[in-house]
Amino acid sequence: MEDGVKKFLYVNRKAPYGTIYALEALEVVLIGAAFDQDVSLAFLDDGVFQLTKGQDTKEIGVKNFSPTFRALGDYEVTKLYVEKESLDERGLTADDLQDITYEDEDDDWAEKPSILIVSRSEMADVMAGQDVILSF
Amino acid sequence: MATLHTVNKSPFATQSLLSCLGHAKAGDTVLLIEDGVYGAAGGTGLADAVAGLGGAVTLAVLAPDLKARGIDEGRLMDGVKTVDYAGFVDLAASHDRTQAWL
Repeated sequence: MEDGVKKFLYVNRKAPYGTIYALEALEVVLIGAAFDQDVSLAFLDDGVFQLTKGQDTKEIGVKNFSPTFRALGDYEVTKLYVEKESLDERGLTADDLQDITYEDEDDDWAEKPSILIVSRSEMADVMAGQDVILSF
Repeated sequence: MATLHTVNKSPFATQSLLSCLGHAKAGDTVLLIEDGVYGAAGGTGLADAVAGLGGAVTLAVLAPDLKARGIDEGRLMDGVKTVDYAGFVDLAASHDRTQAWL
């Protein structure tokens, strides 16, 4: 662990609008981004629904926060792990998810994908490699 | 580098316990608390999922939550440990991280 930098994982397992969990997770991620820690997000189970394209909440009277995921790269939050089994179970593929990218300052600001599709067992490895896990 | 997983919802209402068991690694502990304790009883549809762990993951249940719900310890699945509140603290202290499956 370098200079007190810890690995934080925010685990998202709930769909976006039925409960407040998903929005609150995003708020906490944005607040936490100010502390220069090694931050990753995990999306599994119904959490994968948070990242889908084409969300339009006008008629339900709540904020559509899905575009905010595309801003995470500007806060140096560039690792969004998405579990393939969770997508499969819900009839989704990576093409159903938003294009979320970041500019890599160590590689001449090349635009790179933030979403990393991982298997359930790879997700378990990601979780086991963390210092702190915050669940939503 | 083991993880303490906590599950606080009934496995008959949500997928949290199954998802937790699908991500737990050898040496980890899964502690059932609050309505999660309904998952510790034997003779339910969960027996196969728990048997699939092959003993590599320790299953524990918080006794005060069991008692509150009138579940006798004799009805627990084989191999499930009971802990009190102090035991919960010991588990948190003896693992490298805690992950809540809400």
